[in-house]
Amino acid sequence: MKRSTYQNKYQILRYILIFLILAILVVVLGSRKNFGPLQYAQLSLDGLRGGAIYALIAMGFVIVFNVTGIINFAQGAFVTLGAMFTVTFYNLNAPLPKSLHLLLSVIAAILVTTCIGVLVERLTIYPARKSSPLTLIIITVGVFITIQGLSLLVWGADAYVFPAFTTLEMSDRVFRWLGMVIKAQSFWIWGIMVLVLVCIAYFFNFTLLGRAMRACAVNRLGARLVGISPGRMSLVSFGIAAAVGAIGGIVVAPIIRPSYDMGLSLGLKGFVAAIMGGLVSTPGAVLGGLLLGFLENVAAGVTKAGLKDIFAFILLILTLLFRPQGLLGVRKTTVETDGAH
Amino acid sequence: MNAIPRFNSNRNAIGWFAMTAVIALLGWVETVQPMGVDFADLTNGIVTMDTMVRVAILTIVLVGLNLLMGYAGQVSLGHAALYGLGAYASSILCVRSGDLLGVPAWVLGSWWWPWLVMLIGMAFAGALAYLVGRPILRLQGHYLAMATLGLGIMIYILFRENLGFQGQHITGTFDGIPGVPRLRIGNFEIWPISRYYFFAWIAALGAIAFGLNVISSRTGRALRAIHDSEVAAQAMGVDVASYKVRIFAVSAILASAAGSIYAHFQTTVSPAPFSFVGSLELVVMAAVGGLSSIWGAPFGVAVILIIKEILRSRLRVVFSGASGEHEVIFYGILLVLIMIFMPEGVTVGAVRRWRLWQSRKREQVLSPAQPQAGVPR
Repeated sequence: MKRSTYQNKYQILRYILIFLILAILVVVLGSRKNFGPLQYAQLSLDGLRGGAIYALIAMGFVIVFNVTGIINFAQGAFVTLGAMFTVTFYNLNAPLPKSLHLLLSVIAAILVTTCIGVLVERLTIYPARKSSPLTLIIITVGVFITIQGLSLLVWGADAYVFPAFTTLEMSDRVFRWLGMVIKAQSFWIWGIMVLVLVCIAYFFNFTLLGRAMRACAVNRLGARLVGISPGRMSLVSFGIAAAVGAIGGIVVAPIIRPSYDMGLSLGLKGFVAAIMGGLVSTPGAVLGGLLLGFLENVAAGVTKAGLKDIFAFILLILTLLFRPQGLLGVRKTTVETDGAH
Repeated sequence: MNAIPRFNSNRNAIGWFAMTAVIALLGWVETVQPMGVDFADLTNGIVTMDTMVRVAILTIVLVGLNLLMGYAGQVSLGHAALYGLGAYASSILCVRSGDLLGVPAWVLGSWWWPWLVMLIGMAFAGALAYLVGRPILRLQGHYLAMATLGLGIMIYILFRENLGFQGQHITGTFDGIPGVPRLRIGNFEIWPISRYYFFAWIAALGAIAFGLNVISSRTGRALRAIHDSEVAAQAMGVDVASYKVRIFAVSAILASAAGSIYAHFQTTVSPAPFSFVGSLELVVMAAVGGLSSIWGAPFGVAVILIIKEILRSRLRVVFSGASGEHEVIFYGILLVLIMIFMPEGVTVGAVRRWRLWQSRKREQVLSPAQPQAGVPR
């Protein structure tokens, strides 16, 4: 295509230009609030912490989309379930040391959420597997609102409290470094995100099941011909996505007070991150998540905190308009036809 | 393999006039109250005039959404925000434009200003949909769903966040904008609710007639071709992207018009109904009514709104402590079940099953000894 050849030449220049304009805009807006480098660094750090959460949730979107071609809007529900189940299990009375109790609650919550993810796939996606992707997407939206409604019924509308991982108290340990304030929970979030990324990369590259799922992502019909069941792969992908989503919900729980509707905005942000990453690549999703967290936090910092969500969705629209293939993606010139069913 | 049942135009006309007659009859009951029977008495107080006006207003939105989802094959997850755009355009320009834009008082007080504002809102929503839809609908896949989702939430936050402009607040916070005037034509005020009922239903029936005409026009045939097979339609020379964009813009215009009518009905516009959940509610209504059926629009709206009223009043009895928000469980389950078992929507699905059943019965009568294997499914 004519456009893509031009693009390679001038693309980098264009992006640098856009970045410069944005940076100047941010500095101008920030100077009205007397922001120094310290404030920007603090905003960026907090942004990257939020971004790591978005990255975790985005990975769930990518895994399901790759294998099944569905945008799983129920991903946000898994986030809620992960956090809320952990809270519930942690609040149970058990004669255990606090740390072990927390660990067991986390593991149990991840397992329960995974089971729910698998159940969701079997009960709603599998019976409709021959329908169009649009129908399946609407089904996941339905699943999301059902789970959110049930969460409201089970846990009520109140926000819960959840202990930080390091201190096991409400108040987290705080590191001060060069005038910046970093909560210990941030390191947990970054660490767990990297761990999950590594595990997923290992799973998809070095295990038989993971490779079968990748085959399914590349060509469903071809995968079937060599004896891979797309139905089962779809099941596994939902299970993994649910587990990853639950982990995202659990690690963010000490920072935001978890409630039944936390999954809505987190899920949507994770979705934006996944789109920014191109929806098909896990590293892209991580990059998208970190960039989204960083940009929205800096933008909200220099303008108004209530507008934070707007910047995320402006980024979504801009991505769809100018880079629908994602940050790392290559522009596709051919129409993708699915060999499904 | 016709995925869409095609009613011939006669039947559509008969249906349209029948519906008009029923609506007029119900309106007459409310206005005249023959033998002291009020409209609410007919349904034992479950369905009130208020609900009927809401059904009319949302029918207008749903006609557009049905065109988009059923015929252009795209889903909008932000339609409530486009609906809100109309409502906020009406309320801001009718209530606050004097302070914000310096519109003179005689214009603000005139009867035609709200109508002009309604048109401005429609034009704005249509232009916005066109600008967003044009680049995005050129892409394969369901990017419009994502874009409308983002757009919807953005617009909702703008409604909610009470942005300042020259020291004046534009949208208000969660409380919204009170004091939207009633609509007037000359000195004739469209208010007691019975008058507004007629006005809203005239608009809704107009939207239905418009929708029916669109799908039986050249555009409609092109859209049906796109719905059945995009590649085949393209091969026949149909400009797929341009038709989709047009339908998206039309559905945004309809939504905005409905929003304006809602604003003048409610007189207070607050952001709550235009959130993401509001958009989902619209999608559920579309699914109940039938994704590619214009007639499904009023049906879907009426079913969901009436169920909602019943749930609101009865749910508290069943589960103690249940609030209005619990009805989303029901929406979710309903949406999933419909999409699994009748992905073309309840009305269309029911019509198809009925026809299938009829044809089976006929074949059984004709050749009772024949096995069932020959029946096309």
